Amino acid sequence: MTDLDQNISMLQQACANPRERLEHYLNQGKKVVGCFPYYPPEELVHASGMIPMGMWGGRTEWKLAKSYLPAFACPIMQSNMEFGLKGTYEGMSAVIIPAICDTLRCMTQNWRFGVPSIPMIPIAYPQNRTSPASVDYLISEFETVLTMLYTITGRMMNEAALGETIRIYNEHNAVMREFSAVSVDHLDVITPRVRHAVMKSAFFYEKSEHTAIVREIVDALKQQPAYSYPGKKVILTGISCEPDDMLDILTENQLAVVGDDLAQEMRQYRADTPLKGGGGLKRLALQWNNRYGCSMIHTLGKPRGGMLVNLCRETGAQGVAMCMMKFCDPEEYDQPYVEADLRQAGIPCLSVEVDQQNGSFEQFRTRLQAFCDMMG
Amino acid sequence: MSEHTTAAEAAAPAPKPRRPKPKSMIMLGEQTQALFDNARLAKERGEKVGWSASIFPQEIAETLGLNVLYPENHAAGIAARHQADPFLQECEGPLGYSNDLCAYAKLNLAYASVLNGESGVELPDGGKMVKPDFLLLTNNICNQLTKWYENLAEQMNIPVFFIDTCYNPYDYVTESRVRYVRAQIDQLIQDLCAFTGKSWDEERFRKVMKISQRNSCLWERANDLLDRRPSPLSGFELFNYMSAMVCNRGKESSTAILEQLNAEIEQHIAEGTSTFPVEEQFRVSWAGTACWPYLSHNLRTMKKYGINMVASSYGKAWAIEYEDLDGMARAYCFASTNGDNATTMIARRLEALKKFGCEGTIYHVNRSCKVMDCQMMEVQRQLSELAGVPFASFDGDQADYRNYSEAQFETRIQGLVEVMSQNKEAKGND
Repeated sequence: MTDLDQNISMLQQACANPRERLEHYLNQGKKVVGCFPYYPPEELVHASGMIPMGMWGGRTEWKLAKSYLPAFACPIMQSNMEFGLKGTYEGMSAVIIPAICDTLRCMTQNWRFGVPSIPMIPIAYPQNRTSPASVDYLISEFETVLTMLYTITGRMMNEAALGETIRIYNEHNAVMREFSAVSVDHLDVITPRVRHAVMKSAFFYEKSEHTAIVREIVDALKQQPAYSYPGKKVILTGISCEPDDMLDILTENQLAVVGDDLAQEMRQYRADTPLKGGGGLKRLALQWNNRYGCSMIHTLGKPRGGMLVNLCRETGAQGVAMCMMKFCDPEEYDQPYVEADLRQAGIPCLSVEVDQQNGSFEQFRTRLQAFCDMMG
Repeated sequence: MSEHTTAAEAAAPAPKPRRPKPKSMIMLGEQTQALFDNARLAKERGEKVGWSASIFPQEIAETLGLNVLYPENHAAGIAARHQADPFLQECEGPLGYSNDLCAYAKLNLAYASVLNGESGVELPDGGKMVKPDFLLLTNNICNQLTKWYENLAEQMNIPVFFIDTCYNPYDYVTESRVRYVRAQIDQLIQDLCAFTGKSWDEERFRKVMKISQRNSCLWERANDLLDRRPSPLSGFELFNYMSAMVCNRGKESSTAILEQLNAEIEQHIAEGTSTFPVEEQFRVSWAGTACWPYLSHNLRTMKKYGINMVASSYGKAWAIEYEDLDGMARAYCFASTNGDNATTMIARRLEALKKFGCEGTIYHVNRSCKVMDCQMMEVQRQLSELAGVPFASFDGDQADYRNYSEAQFETRIQGLVEVMSQNKEAKGND
């Protein structure tokens, strides 16, 4: 096995067994703080000397969660609640829940009462980012998160540590962007499944460790000759594209992923934290203001469709798969505009329902075949 | 509600002899008519007209003398009159929206599409919800409103004036929220003046604020009078007066309506009468939005068992008290239980259950409203234990008639009646 294969395999293993990663850090005497989607302030956890770990659901039968959530709540939250209630996350010192959509507002409360063994730290991001006052407000939210982190874990952050954390996170953003760009020339190695594992594994590693592994992957890819991919190339947009079965069906149909606008993947890495402009907390608040093209963040002008058209042009993608997370209303409001913008640009778009619990993919397979025909 | 028809009436089956309409309802009809007429006339004069979220600080538009209409209220009216279907079909069909979305939003986006000349659905009200030139947005009710208004703004190419009230995970509104919201209010007033050509008159604002405070008091008082046994009103009737608070909170016409309403209720109390048509056997609270398409069925079923709904979450929703702009910021952050944590929601409901002597709670699992539904189960459990009263929940929708089963509602109410009866008996034996 080459180093490249080994690194990829390691990241796939992390995605297949996140609990092992949690144990790994706990065994090192580290404290781990769970981070719900979307945009949790991981940096505050990291700068306090702890490990932030992403919580994006997973496949599990919903039994206990049914006492908290109706059937039409987002599948990621259903699974997070189920795992929380049945003890899968035991060992975590706390969880951070950004109350960014209506379901997540409720999740702060469901978790608070349902999983009292893992304290809940809420954060409500400002949505009116044109208001200059939103920066001070967000700084205050960060400070509350820090106070709660300290109270719960006894770990306190200092300014130098936050500065270093911001550097590490910006470096990680950069390496992920580079990976996404470089992988387009190596679609023989970076299949949809592999690409996803490299992206998702970031949630289960301390960020500088993940940067180091992805850096090695990028360097190894660069040493290989560019591969001319014979199939079609697509962009994924939405919240996430899981489980892996979906990605394998892309591969079966000679489709490669050459870029994405998934909340679970590249959306996180588009905006760096500014290196100047104040203390660490202020700069993190400014990073929030720099984020763009996300259904969860109020923005006028419905820019996402245009952004995807540009991404297709930059990457040579011939189509876009819109991965509609089941019951995700913020995404559902964007959907007609994204589809219309792509249609107008002459880019085929396939909207598919995403649910981690899915066991049957026949409909997806059929629709994907038709989509391939559309791309010519 | 419509100028001519109330929700309860519109949802009613075959016509039957009715008691005369109370004066307050006639006044309310006139006020609603005036709201739409004035918006139309303003539009004809070339003035700018707005659409607003229902818990936006209405006092701002009122101070500036702007004509503003309310999509949520309008959608509820359309749903109550059973006219929602073509709009829902249009929204989920040609407009390409998911069936999962809030039915108020779906109705309104389709209506807006007609006004925009992009859809051909016939407007049952002749288009009285005139095309807006600007939008007034707060997210204290939910985040879907933010997305819905984002889309309206894009669809009609008009500006949004937004106050982000932020979710309150704590039991109080943090001072940092007050500062953020206050800054947005100041900016919004400035921007709205610039856009509409109006100017801010502090004296006028103080007057509007006083009127609004008075109306909030009168609204709360009318709700509070239902604590008498038996209740002088059939609780569902209060739903009809919501437009006075949603759309006309800062107007003296609302003061007159609510004073009249209070007087009518007091008269019932003095005379020992009630508008609840049968003997009041059970008193319950209603959690969640009204199920507008089936209000009549809800009422009929409950009446069968003598269940009067004497307390709802609407009672406090517009009980917004403040004395200045800082207070306004705090009050609007804390107005809707949807924007507050479960503890606040439970505390408010517990207070209502006790105050109104409720023997049970009916939870409307409103398919349109994730922010209500996704924490309802935990709230039910805690509240039921704290208050010692049973609850029943049913599946419904505030505007989508497809999400309701008459049989389920009836069965759930029967179940609730059984438990409430047992409790009553046990109490009687004590």
